[in-house]
Amino acid sequence: MSRARFRRRDLPALLLAGLLLALVLAPLLAVGWRGAGVSFGPADWAAVRFSATQALLSSLFSTLLAIPVARALARRRFPGRTALIALMGAPFLLPAVVAVLGLLAVFGRAGILNQTLIALGLPPVSIYGLHGVVLAHVFLNLPLATRMILQGWQSIPAERIRLAQSLGFTPRETFRHLEAPMLREVLPGVALIVLVICLTSFAVVLTLGGGPAATTIELAIYQAVRFEFDLSRAAGLAGVQLALGGLAALAAWVLARPAGFGAGLDRALRLEAPPGWRHGLDVLALSLTALFLVLPLFAVVLRGLPGLADLPAPVLPAAARSVSVALASALLATTAALSLALLAARRQSLWAEAAATLPLATSGLVLGTGLFLLIQPFAPPMVLALPVTVLVNVALSLPYLFRILLPEARALHADHGRLADSLDLQGWPRLRWLVLPRLARPLGFGAGIAAALSMGDLGVIALFAGERQATLPLVVSQLAGAYRTEAAAAAALVLVALSFALFWACDAGGRRAAS
Amino acid sequence: MLHLDRLSLAQPGFRLTADWSAEPGSLIAVMGPSGAGKSTLLSLIAGFLAPTGGRVLWQGADLAPVPPGRRPVTILFQDQNLFPHLTVAQNLGLGLRPDLRLSAGDRERVETALTRVGLAGLGGRRPAQLSGGQASRAALARALLRARPILLLDEPFAALGPALRAEMLDLVREVAAETGALVLMVTHDPQDARALGGSLAFVTQGRVSAPVETAALLADPTPEVQDYLGRK
Repeated sequence: MSRARFRRRDLPALLLAGLLLALVLAPLLAVGWRGAGVSFGPADWAAVRFSATQALLSSLFSTLLAIPVARALARRRFPGRTALIALMGAPFLLPAVVAVLGLLAVFGRAGILNQTLIALGLPPVSIYGLHGVVLAHVFLNLPLATRMILQGWQSIPAERIRLAQSLGFTPRETFRHLEAPMLREVLPGVALIVLVICLTSFAVVLTLGGGPAATTIELAIYQAVRFEFDLSRAAGLAGVQLALGGLAALAAWVLARPAGFGAGLDRALRLEAPPGWRHGLDVLALSLTALFLVLPLFAVVLRGLPGLADLPAPVLPAAARSVSVALASALLATTAALSLALLAARRQSLWAEAAATLPLATSGLVLGTGLFLLIQPFAPPMVLALPVTVLVNVALSLPYLFRILLPEARALHADHGRLADSLDLQGWPRLRWLVLPRLARPLGFGAGIAAALSMGDLGVIALFAGERQATLPLVVSQLAGAYRTEAAAAAALVLVALSFALFWACDAGGRRAAS
Repeated sequence: MLHLDRLSLAQPGFRLTADWSAEPGSLIAVMGPSGAGKSTLLSLIAGFLAPTGGRVLWQGADLAPVPPGRRPVTILFQDQNLFPHLTVAQNLGLGLRPDLRLSAGDRERVETALTRVGLAGLGGRRPAQLSGGQASRAALARALLRARPILLLDEPFAALGPALRAEMLDLVREVAAETGALVLMVTHDPQDARALGGSLAFVTQGRVSAPVETAALLADPTPEVQDYLGRK
């Protein structure tokens, strides 16, 4: 039967799917094994509560604040609009440590805001604790939420808009009949995606949280492993994190539409742009958002520039380590995502879907704890810090890359699959002459995302690394923790430049190869 | 000999059977109402679909275990017969070696095939720079290079005007004559069937009837064929 033949061709991809599943499931099993039956103290429950609270608040504010911004972007045309939308894509790739440093420069003790308040004779505000964590999460996720909601606006069919215009709808009626139904459909998914991201956030809480009142599960896991060396407790916490994250990720997977990072952002017909106070409101929403996003980045650049000439000794070796980790992760994650996407495009494959989705339910610290438990009996975990970081980064970026590549792989299969089959174009020649040239653009984009995410990741490395394995985000965080503000900002500047350079190089490389 | 041995495909709401054989070198038009299963028949022979019953045999060998690219078959689709990112010469080269490691002799054969179909000197172009007729010619040139004993045409000229289509049919007959190929050509136009010559297999109500000489069948149509052609 020809069917058996096709199976044999799918075998490598199926093996890979199994391997990736094992990569995620083995640490989870280790966590479950070690963590089962661990009894929780009040501090642990406080961490669970704080995790949920901060994630809910962060998601709520990010989503609600994104609505007016997305609407303004959807119905106004102005110079710099495209640049602003592009800017909205940046925080997704911005290392969280850098974002935190920028926010500290604006809202911190000696920041712009507090200096202004003091000059006005008002009491200063503190950025530490719940509101600081939520502020940072809004900074990181408001743009993502805006872009997703903006896509909702752009998905309103032109025919409906034409109908509304011909019926002479007021802005109020347009909202009721066109925009509100769209929002009802889009918002739950957006809120859940942001919720999942905030539940697993680590770098933000490491700096702005802490103490009994503001510790998340992720932070508690880190403390249990690094300071108390209580692996059972870490495993128990990781189990709870997994349950919480898994539930949210499952809900998001069911409810959310694909985020569509690369989709077109302009359409022939747009909603009427109402004049008057509504115009003023849109201008206000856009200016405040732009200011909120740009000011912290600007502050990092400003603070970091003078320190560039005198970088602390650990920065350059850490940068080299980070770049190697990022390139290895990008290569492996893109290869894995491509194999799974090609398999899923050829035929319905539960294995491919599962392998590409499961990591969403986990987090760097959960996988890290599991791998720590698995490695520790055989070798000092520190020795394997960098390979483990690569593996965890591959697993965590896989869901994003898979979603970017799957529609492209499906189109490729539909357009050229049969011709390639009929010409016996298989294996390496098929990859060389069909898949790589046709998918160069999304592959480059996906590799860029994987590289930037991996470059900026501060999670599992914090669990494993000693001084000689530290990556650049870890060094930045250590410098900031030691109050070496200028050095931290300079290192952060190097980090952010390298992250975006890696993204740009991969993305541009893909686009060049495609044309 | 191509032998469709009690071949059948059953899918929910769809059924197709065929039980006949054809000699190498025959020219067969496959005609019938849309949705009857003309393209499905070609997909079964090309190996894109696995039959639910019966066998496809070529020279006595069952083709079931043979993947599409290794079958004694060249197929031309309705569109997308050329990869848009490769040059015309590369597209033809794939017909000789899928890994495109072409020797000087291979390159010469590609150039000869291009000349043969009237595309001399256009090897360096991308498919987007060709007209519809030129793209069809390039696909036929590749069929010439592959020289497989069965040539399946799934309405590849449907988008061309009548004059161009007639030209292409002439070219198909020439290619078939040069390679000795058995041609199965899907069409919904009795004119095309006539122009191809040879015989006609009519597809209706889930059954592909054995090919009958085209001129005779069209001159004295069965009731089903008459229904398809419309009352005179």
